[in-house]
Amino acid sequence: MYKIGVIGDYDSIYGFAALGLAVFPAADASEGASLLKRLTADGYTVIYMTEALAAALSEEVAAYDETALTAVIPIPGISGNTGSGMAMVRRCVERAVGSDIIFKND
Amino acid sequence: MAGSQIIPTRMELGKQKKRLTTAKRGHKLLKDKRDELMRQFLDLVRLNKELREKVETGIRAANGNFVLAKAASSDQNLNTALLAPKQQITLEVSSRNVMSVEVPVFETRTRTESEGDIFSYGYAFTPSELDDAVDSLAQVLPEMLRLAEVEKACRLIAAEIEKTRRRVNALEYVIIPDAQAKIKFITMKLDENERSSQVRLMKIQDSMAAEARAKALEQEAAERPARA
Repeated sequence: MYKIGVIGDYDSIYGFAALGLAVFPAADASEGASLLKRLTADGYTVIYMTEALAAALSEEVAAYDETALTAVIPIPGISGNTGSGMAMVRRCVERAVGSDIIFKND
Repeated sequence: MAGSQIIPTRMELGKQKKRLTTAKRGHKLLKDKRDELMRQFLDLVRLNKELREKVETGIRAANGNFVLAKAASSDQNLNTALLAPKQQITLEVSSRNVMSVEVPVFETRTRTESEGDIFSYGYAFTPSELDDAVDSLAQVLPEMLRLAEVEKACRLIAAEIEKTRRRVNALEYVIIPDAQAKIKFITMKLDENERSSQVRLMKIQDSMAAEARAKALEQEAAERPARA
């Protein structure tokens, strides 16, 4: 049985608790990093993370890119959409194709 | 390159020829794999982009509603309302094989069946904005889960495409030309050896013939004064 977790600043994520997702508020990047480590060890397969935190922890998040199970998905936080989630998709395209052919018109 | 370490023998030639055929077959297979992965990846990544746009707008709207709810009520009130959620979501993970890449498939289970269980509070002491906020977030949730699945698949396939492309290129630009050069070198060396041994034989034949002729002349010369 796997679980879904949400990491980010409290204001951005507390609503997800009502839906039945486990929320883990992180005040800063180091707290976020240790939470991420703990959750992946605890059987959380899908971890939503606010874009701001994911940008600060880009190295830690990238480490899970090629693991078969754990998916760390950036979502916009309360302070707005930074576009870093879309940038990750764009990087993914660049990695596979060699150049960005999906977002070039945006 | 060729010629530096290889020994020009027929056995080595056979070995290199075998290596070349294997490399060519591997190259063709990997190229097909790369093309098919790329086709699937492009479909998935388009879906990924679409889902991400939907989820981002959905969450932005929900966040707006939460700000309204916060404005209409005190922090403590909201925290208490969401303190003990009724609903709980767990995941069942299976996997799908896309050209030998194991891509996860997520299936969710909710603890209770009723959709109304996302509201974990009595309606008397909370603002109606909170209901809207929770409801708007609940509407994005299925797409968020789908996004997680698709985005993970995209990342895994992208990594595999990169790996496959490197292999294809290594075969195409290093292994195959190298084997071809080695085969050419060995064939040329073997031909050269054959020619040189042929020339040696012809030389020996020539010198033997010359010797025989000289001997015959000598004999003739020796016989002539005797006759005279």
